[in-house]
Amino acid sequence: MSEYQPGRNSTKISTPSLEVLAVRDRLLQTIREYFRQNDFLEVTTPSLVAAPAPEPHIRPVSCGAAFLRTSPELEMKIVLASGCRRIFQIGPCFRRDEQGRFHHPEFTMLEWYRTYADDRDLIADARIILQRIAHSLLESNLLSWQGMQLDLGVPWECLSVREAFIQAAGWDPVEHFDEDRFNTDLVERVEPWLPHDRPVLLKDYPAAAGGLARLDPDDPRVARRWELYVAGIELINACAELTDPAEYQARFDAAHRLHDQRGWEPIPENSAFLEAASYLPPCAGAALGIDRLMMLLTDRPDIHDVLIP
Amino acid sequence: MYTASDLRKGLKIEVDGEPYEIVEFQFVKPGKGQALYRCRIKNMLTGATLDKTFRSADKIGQPDLEERDMIYSYSDGDNFVFMDAQTYEQVEVPSEILGERRFFLDENIEVKVLFHNGHPIDVTLPYFVEKVIARTEPGARGDTATNVLKSAQLENGYEIQVPLFINEGDVVRIDTRTGKYADRVSKG
Repeated sequence: MSEYQPGRNSTKISTPSLEVLAVRDRLLQTIREYFRQNDFLEVTTPSLVAAPAPEPHIRPVSCGAAFLRTSPELEMKIVLASGCRRIFQIGPCFRRDEQGRFHHPEFTMLEWYRTYADDRDLIADARIILQRIAHSLLESNLLSWQGMQLDLGVPWECLSVREAFIQAAGWDPVEHFDEDRFNTDLVERVEPWLPHDRPVLLKDYPAAAGGLARLDPDDPRVARRWELYVAGIELINACAELTDPAEYQARFDAAHRLHDQRGWEPIPENSAFLEAASYLPPCAGAALGIDRLMMLLTDRPDIHDVLIP
Repeated sequence: MYTASDLRKGLKIEVDGEPYEIVEFQFVKPGKGQALYRCRIKNMLTGATLDKTFRSADKIGQPDLEERDMIYSYSDGDNFVFMDAQTYEQVEVPSEILGERRFFLDENIEVKVLFHNGHPIDVTLPYFVEKVIARTEPGARGDTATNVLKSAQLENGYEIQVPLFINEGDVVRIDTRTGKYADRVSKG
């Protein structure tokens, strides 16, 4: 770890402590080491884009005639379509109006993709990355966050969304999906009910809450998507990705209609992506919120505590 | 109207025709899901609090609130009469809105009166007022300890705890937000 020489004025400036900055540096280094050792290519895709991925509940920040990316997803898939097998990226993403204890309009995302893989194959990556980070920064598998003790070494609790909802909220969102009820119960009943002493993997989301995930061939009512919760914080989202351009078009159209109803600024069609999508091999991708992981590693209660103001 | 993204701690909103202040605010958004705005809101008329969750698409009422600089004139017992410093218009404020603060009013004291839909609902006094101690046991000479307190009364009957060195006739400063003794201004 580099030596930090605090400047004379540093105590008067409200920045995260040097400890926080050092943890971040080490964290990014550990992540890069893992991906290098596993033959991933680090890529840098544009932050300023003409057409970010239209997602139903994400509003992009517009910037002149263009937008700041809400995620690097589409551009990374263009890279995959061009023949890269394994890629990762660490970089800023921007989402309008997202401001809270776990949200900031600009945040740092780690996103990685494997081709010829599905969402389950990414669990091993996530496990090893988190354990290496814990060893490198905490010198054990034990994490303590806001009074909660977690063991990152024990097997993760793995639950389907359906099981979790039946137990915690008393209904089955796969059988009958109701978006408002799903969101509210997820936040108010299911998330608080999840075990907080170990990482929890919530998998197989109802198709309508699947984002850009492929539907399960054995049960098309569910999407191949999982979320990892650590100490109740949603940390990693992963999907087996769609490869059918027509299906992408259909999901983008649905999101466009929702944005339009709300009076959001229209996002142009991403024709470069839709063309590339026909060459997209089967693949899976995951995204990890670096700032939230920083909160966990430094035991900070609010995302703003780990960001430079 | 406000939209959900305007919500924040301290904002005043209207729910079922009554004004509320947001006292706690939490933005939550499950991955790929809708944003939820979880609020604890306090009724500005009754002081009661309740939890309410708003969604992105919700439109939230903006209460008609106006704060005016006014001067205290007189009281007829049940009502306290204030005068608008600019228009000289007189407004009656029921004593239950003032509560204990009615004891800290002096003629010509400048206050802020908050109106909801044209009706007075709250009065903000200066943070500190000066009052004469009318009755208390004689103070022990040389006892300057401020942590030992005794009872005292203002001319208008308000009971207050003061340090032992305070005597009848002393002028003290009272914090109108807590109703408590702050310090001594002068000896009687």
